[in-house]
Amino acid sequence: MSNNFVTRTWNWIDNRIGFSDYIVPLMVHLVPDNARWWYIFGSATLCAFIVQVFTGVCLAMSYVPGGEETYQSLKYITDTAPLGSILRGMHYYGASAMVMMAVIHMVQVYMHATYKYPREMNWMSGVVLLFVVLGMAFTGQLLRWDANGVWSVTVAAEMAGRTPIIGPTLAHFILGGETVGGSTITRFFAMHVFIMPALIFAGIGLHMLLIMRHGISEMPDVNDPVDPETYKEAYEKRIHKTGVPFWPDAMWRDMIFSTLIVGVILGCSIFLGPPALDPPPNPSSINANPLPDWYFLWYFAVLSLLPPQLETWVILGVPTIGFIVLFFLPLISNKGHRAPSKRPWAGGTVIFGFVAFLVLTIYGYKKPWSPDFGVKELPASVVGTDHGPLAEGAKLMHIKGCLYCHDIGGYGGHRGPELTEIGKLLTRDDLIIRINNGGHNMPAFASSISDSELQLVVDFLLTRGVEKEPENPKSTTP
Amino acid sequence: MSDQQPPTPTDQPCCQLKRRTFLTRVSVILGAIIGFMIALPGIGYVLAPIFRKPKHKWRTVGKLDDFKVGGFVLVQYEDPSPVIWAGVTAKAGAWIRRASETEFIAFSINCRHLGCPVRWVDDPKLFMCPCHGGVYYEDGTVAAGPPPEPLYKLNVRIREGLVEIETEPTPLTLTTLT
Repeated sequence: MSNNFVTRTWNWIDNRIGFSDYIVPLMVHLVPDNARWWYIFGSATLCAFIVQVFTGVCLAMSYVPGGEETYQSLKYITDTAPLGSILRGMHYYGASAMVMMAVIHMVQVYMHATYKYPREMNWMSGVVLLFVVLGMAFTGQLLRWDANGVWSVTVAAEMAGRTPIIGPTLAHFILGGETVGGSTITRFFAMHVFIMPALIFAGIGLHMLLIMRHGISEMPDVNDPVDPETYKEAYEKRIHKTGVPFWPDAMWRDMIFSTLIVGVILGCSIFLGPPALDPPPNPSSINANPLPDWYFLWYFAVLSLLPPQLETWVILGVPTIGFIVLFFLPLISNKGHRAPSKRPWAGGTVIFGFVAFLVLTIYGYKKPWSPDFGVKELPASVVGTDHGPLAEGAKLMHIKGCLYCHDIGGYGGHRGPELTEIGKLLTRDDLIIRINNGGHNMPAFASSISDSELQLVVDFLLTRGVEKEPENPKSTTP
Repeated sequence: MSDQQPPTPTDQPCCQLKRRTFLTRVSVILGAIIGFMIALPGIGYVLAPIFRKPKHKWRTVGKLDDFKVGGFVLVQYEDPSPVIWAGVTAKAGAWIRRASETEFIAFSINCRHLGCPVRWVDDPKLFMCPCHGGVYYEDGTVAAGPPPEPLYKLNVRIREGLVEIETEPTPLTLTTLT
């Protein structure tokens, strides 16, 4: 009786909403039987997005997008609210998962050349989605409205400010005024929770529509290059002959991988916790060390390593040209071989891109170009003594900030050359000239170091890498 | 049922076609008007900060006697036009130095490379940036690293025993097309 009632009720609803007519055919549409595990990354990206939407809505229940109170609400979510820390962690690791899955999905599609006819617009909509996802990741980092957030948005405004002609307009639009302040966070909040998610929803809708229209592509076949004249007909024939329904024959793999992804997101948020908050968002505080989240560290490194004359063009050119090249890729090559073995340049591009990303990210973490403000004084074990002129010279190396940039025996920054063996390489005169006048990327210290201090520093440096102190008494006179 | 189908173009008299074309145009135009009416106030609201003229206000950063002749000290002051909910985010910072009994020099704390907060290191008399390694001398000129321009100088005045700084927008390094 009750079964009958449920069936009748469902039939009534189904008749009105058309679930069996519209949704079921979509779920059981035929997909190639050889796609298997290669095609799980798109659905994993979607799953990560669902995590972001749900956790984001929950966080918005307590998050206050308003100046100083934003920081307090973040502290409350992290330290006091029940399950707040896990939720914030899920949102953070969910963002990482979404960026990662979107990029892996794109690389897979690129390697299999799925963007070729007739799926050019699948790729193009995916590229737009990727850039909006990166926009979400960036604005999300700023919504962690601490010292890092304030200075990150300042850097973003400065980068936008480099745009010819409209630079200041763009910068002030980003900041919501002439300086970073209360209007900035509300602006980024609106972008992060309304504008960009709406674009992602629309983009996913279009992406799915195009998948339904053109079907899931088969695995590349070396003997079957894409010919726009015959492709569609041949695909339809093959899919009806060998295809399997997406639900459940293919989807179970998506479900397994997505379960794993959500499990990792949850596990990370429980065991690693959300990212720690920096000091409050005070734009007048200098005790900040702005760093982007991991997905933008490579770009941070690029901006540090570039020659200054190229900088503006790279700041503006990398995102613009990157988008244009990716977006129009299918229009450049929409037919021919799809198999990676026939497209060595594609494989080379991916390997080069991955290695460059990895190396630059490691550089970004280490940031050897930055002065090490926290460096300690050289210990006696490195100096060789704890008293006398040598020890005074070593102390001056710290006081004068030399160690911020120069490493001696494992102590010091890496912005300048290592000085552990400098006594073997430069003479007294060389050192005096270099310290007084500066050199390649080194400030001149002539106006901030006295003669006696200079002699102590030089005497100390001349002992680096040398077994014994020079015995020639003339060499120690100024 | 068939009489409910719209007539095919060949069945229509000429005035029917004209009427349909007219109604199509009216609907499209009205749609555009609706769009403008909805969007214009919003777009104006969002873009307003771009067109706002920067406010320059003098902010007191301390008593004259608080500053000794010597190195730079960090001072904080309020933005010229903070929103009511800004709280601590309405603050701005500057490095200020009393160069003599009557002369002060102040710089914005923003590095001219990409805006990070520079730190004054007293002994070597240098400003250093933690982000990309920009270094400046005490007169604000670039000593090392990627900054393309010197530190941004702020106006300072002394009035009735108080030291005041004139507020400025965040200094931007612009690209000039020549």
